[in-house]
Amino acid sequence: MKLVTGVIQPHRLDDVKSALEAAGIRGMTVSEASGYGRQRGHTEVYRGAEYTVDLIPKVRVEVLVDDEDAASVTDVIVGAAQTGKIGDGKVWTVPVDDVARVRTGEHGSAAL
Amino acid sequence: MAELDSGLTAWMLVSASFVLLMTPGLAFFYGGMVRGKAVLNMMMMSFGAMGVVGVIYVLWGWSMSYGSESVGGFFANPFEQFGLGGGGVFDENGEAVIDGGLPIIVDVGFQATFAIITVALISGALAERVKFGTWLVFAGLWVTFAFFPMAHMVWSGGLLSGDGPFAGIAEPVDFAGGTVVHINAGVAALVLALVVGKRKGFGREPMRPHNLPFVMLGAGLLWFGWFGFNAGSAYGADGVAGLAWVNTTTAACAAILGWLVTEKIRDGHATSLGAASGIVAGLVAITPAAGSLSPVGSIVLGLVAGALCALAVGLKYKFGYDDSLDVVGVHLVGGLVGTILIGFLATDGGLFYGGGFELTLVQIIIAAVAMALSAVVTLVIALGLKATLGWRVSEESEVSGIDLAVHGEAGYETLGGARKTTEVKA
Repeated sequence: MKLVTGVIQPHRLDDVKSALEAAGIRGMTVSEASGYGRQRGHTEVYRGAEYTVDLIPKVRVEVLVDDEDAASVTDVIVGAAQTGKIGDGKVWTVPVDDVARVRTGEHGSAAL
Repeated sequence: MAELDSGLTAWMLVSASFVLLMTPGLAFFYGGMVRGKAVLNMMMMSFGAMGVVGVIYVLWGWSMSYGSESVGGFFANPFEQFGLGGGGVFDENGEAVIDGGLPIIVDVGFQATFAIITVALISGALAERVKFGTWLVFAGLWVTFAFFPMAHMVWSGGLLSGDGPFAGIAEPVDFAGGTVVHINAGVAALVLALVVGKRKGFGREPMRPHNLPFVMLGAGLLWFGWFGFNAGSAYGADGVAGLAWVNTTTAACAAILGWLVTEKIRDGHATSLGAASGIVAGLVAITPAAGSLSPVGSIVLGLVAGALCALAVGLKYKFGYDDSLDVVGVHLVGGLVGTILIGFLATDGGLFYGGGFELTLVQIIIAAVAMALSAVVTLVIALGLKATLGWRVSEESEVSGIDLAVHGEAGYETLGGARKTTEVKA
């Protein structure tokens, strides 16, 4: 099993969610994140004092999938989150040793 | 016994209530501008000022400000009408004394609210870092030695009034508190910012306002309360009050525009904080002038105040003093703009209305004297407290958040691990 994690622009979340549902993905975990990459931060001005805000809001989407689905799920997220502008985010995949479904106690692929 | 004017009395009671609302309004205005970890302490400095000053006012505040035994034109005998006794407010039968149609006890209430808000204004220079107990002691000392004397000097026939030595040049004008309230508080804020010192990280770390909607709510409440402040200072339910009301609104409106245009040109954005700040800058500037300008003159005054205050708030970074919420940039500068521009814009005696330089000169003199007195008195009190009680909370408390350290509370559920409740004792 793999964990596919995408850190994306918050305004692309709805499209990514719909695209994943359309691709047959039945669940995901979404959380608010903040950070920066090449986009760096932005500036805000309060009573003339300029603040550089390094950490800008992002959304983290996490999906647990079988090994063979990891590549296609990555492509679905990338396709739906892409605007072509700097700051679109990253998607990465890591191996997962085991997954358990809390309600039934099932393990492995059966728990997905 | 003089005849009661029920219309006047009703209006003054309403005005007093309006002005009292300004202090909770100020708590929101200031509270929104600090970081979330210090919101309660910021608001509590306003509420604490209410507690201390409201009590002191009836004990010796009224007597020191408006008592009949003036001491050299500086202040009146605090013991003459201590606790509102001595026959000035209530006669020997316990009946309210009426003066000019108004029971004096109503005026006591009205004036007490001015004393409270003036002290609360100063707290903007002390955000996020000051011991609450020291602040309360300061409030009591400052209102006694700086505010009551200034009220006496300007409004009760003292040194800076129409009966004082400068009235020979021209009669000084301070309709509702340009010198007594705003210049007084603004200078005190500057002195305190210098004595107390900067917040850790000032000028390096971002210290963004944590809740701009609070700031706008506060600005709205202040504006509403200011009708009592200015139109109430007409001491009549009449045309002068109407003029003051319209001038107050017009100047605040023009100051919004003045501030927004200035920051749009300088910073690229017209901001909500700028609009809220512009409102207050305009209200401050029109305070001394509300009864002596035309509504068109008020537009000019508001535009100048909005633009100048928008530029002045940057000075603290240049000079390195942490006047955290710009009491100097808004109240001192706005108070000076209003007090001095009366010399140009007053329809009776102003330079632009066929008058000479005399009015401008006397306005500059009363502003300068007020600044000097406030600076000296505040410096003595501030240094005295620094040497005894101390001003600053520990660096750890300041960094982790003064709310939790000093008040044992947090403003928001999401702040810090300390919000995790493990046990409830009821």
